[in-house]
Amino acid sequence: MSNGSDDRRAQAEPSTGGLSRSAMTNTPKIRMRGVRKAFGPKRVLDGVDLDVAAGQGMVILGGSGSGKSVTIKCILGLIEPEEGVIEIDGVDVLTLPRREREALGDRIGMLFQNGALFDSLPVWENVCFKLLAQNRITRAGARDRAVEVLAQVGLAETVGDLSPAELSGGMQKRVALARAIAARPDIIFFDEPTTGLDPIMGAVIDGLIVDCVTRLGATAVSITHDMASARRIGETAAMIHKGRIVWTGPAGNLGHSGNAMVDQFANGQREGPIQMELRR
Amino acid sequence: MAAILLDPLAAIGRGTLGACRAIGDVALFAIEAVSHLVRPPFYGRLFWRAFVEVAWFSLPVVALTAVFTGMVLALQSYTGFARFNAQSAIASVVVISLVRELGPVLAALMVAGRIGASFAAEIGTMRVTDQIDALTTLSTNPMKYLVAPRLLAATIALPLLVLVADILGVMGGWLIGTLKLGFVSAAYLKSTFDFLETGDVISGLVKAAVFGFIIALMGTWCGYRSKGGAQGVGGATTKAVVASSILILALDYVLTEIFFAQ
Ligand SMILES: Nc1ncnc2c1ncn2[C@@H]1O[C@H](COP(=O)(O)OP(=O)(O)OP(=O)(O)O)[C@@H](O)[C@H]1O
Ligand SMILES: [Mg+2]
Repeated sequence: MSNGSDDRRAQAEPSTGGLSRSAMTNTPKIRMRGVRKAFGPKRVLDGVDLDVAAGQGMVILGGSGSGKSVTIKCILGLIEPEEGVIEIDGVDVLTLPRREREALGDRIGMLFQNGALFDSLPVWENVCFKLLAQNRITRAGARDRAVEVLAQVGLAETVGDLSPAELSGGMQKRVALARAIAARPDIIFFDEPTTGLDPIMGAVIDGLIVDCVTRLGATAVSITHDMASARRIGETAAMIHKGRIVWTGPAGNLGHSGNAMVDQFANGQREGPIQMELRR
Repeated sequence: MAAILLDPLAAIGRGTLGACRAIGDVALFAIEAVSHLVRPPFYGRLFWRAFVEVAWFSLPVVALTAVFTGMVLALQSYTGFARFNAQSAIASVVVISLVRELGPVLAALMVAGRIGASFAAEIGTMRVTDQIDALTTLSTNPMKYLVAPRLLAATIALPLLVLVADILGVMGGWLIGTLKLGFVSAAYLKSTFDFLETGDVISGLVKAAVFGFIIALMGTWCGYRSKGGAQGVGGATTKAVVASSILILALDYVLTEIFFAQ
């Protein structure tokens, strides 16, 4: 999918410098301890503990509405948790001054669950938005880079000139994915990257995510409901239930992990320790 | 509903607290947005887009409002002033009420309907579709990117619009004066400019700048704080137009008091 010379260039970039530092000292890339968040009376996160090692592909599983997206948004600083510690490279981001936190965000990419493309801008500007914002690229250079990244997610050059509203749902998802990885971030969050894609394209996207992790050395945290995809993109999986991480283990074991909850979830069984709750 | 009937004091208290919180929030929002205007990076393209939207595309509405207001003013003051044989004062009445009062206020109210609503709807939609969060993750401060250029654009555009409105309004009065009320064109224009002072024009333009700022501020703030999907965006849009219209009228009084009370 992606060409080799491009990836070598990426590795030479200073933005991946943080990785080697944390890999050496063995601090987890992301560390969450006791993170709690409620919206009004509704408690969503109730003490989330999570470690993601540097250069690892982590998959977060959990029922719909269990707080997976909220967890990621807390790490990104988009939602302020009431309590708890969130560390990136050993630095507590919640107490960090705003400017430093913004600087940290420069090395993080995010694919939003619903895409969140800017509909006032053409696709190519969406894809290279971060590079342009950081003045790392000229507008002419951005176009070329956009074509390159769009090709990686299986979109033709002509798509670059369309507006996001002119794309199908799955195409929007892929453009959003292209936008998340275009600046070659150090840490990437994928909120349901393959939902709404056909199985072949889903596999291609999974391959792309694995590529980001293995070849660019990024740390990827993905949310997915698709077990096949989870096994492909994750080395480690974590399951969230009732606001807590109830299980962490190798993604290959999903379905026969020995944890009744995880196995019920992974195998999609109706009977088991997880009861479908009616939302109150 | 029942709570309001059962415990009116609590409802009043809650309302007051809510209003105070909103005022404080708007003030902080405004300060932060303005502070972004003096710190790079600057988004010239976004400023220009907003400026064209406010100034150029509001021009037809504002122009029509101004012409008809000038015409009505001339007609009304004629019927009133004829009772005192004071018809000669018409030209100056028209120009002074337009330049000081009606130009800024009517133009601002028209722009509040157009621009306040469109800012609130656009930014509100970006909020509920996570686009504002996406900006943050793409190394872009949404206040700087979305709010600051719009504030600046509206603050600069409104005085220009009001200048045009003033000229067209006087022209409307002159049309009625000469075509219908039998004034000599030169004499009408002479008495228009004889009584007009620079201070009248300046005060009107300052008002316009303040109104422009208020319109953009309420539009962007309501949009920025909206939540809950399409319905929330609709609510934010309504709130932006109502709040900016009321604030325009209230601030008009305050500014008039500051400028002209001796
Ligand atoms: N901004 C918000 N305001 C109020 N409640 C919220 C907000 N964001 C999320 N929630 C609530 O938090 C809960 C968890 O939401 P979240 O989006 O994290 O779910 P999820 O695990 O990502 O589910 P899905 O798999 O369906 O995307 C939901 O019940 C939702 O109602
Ligand atoms: Mg979600």
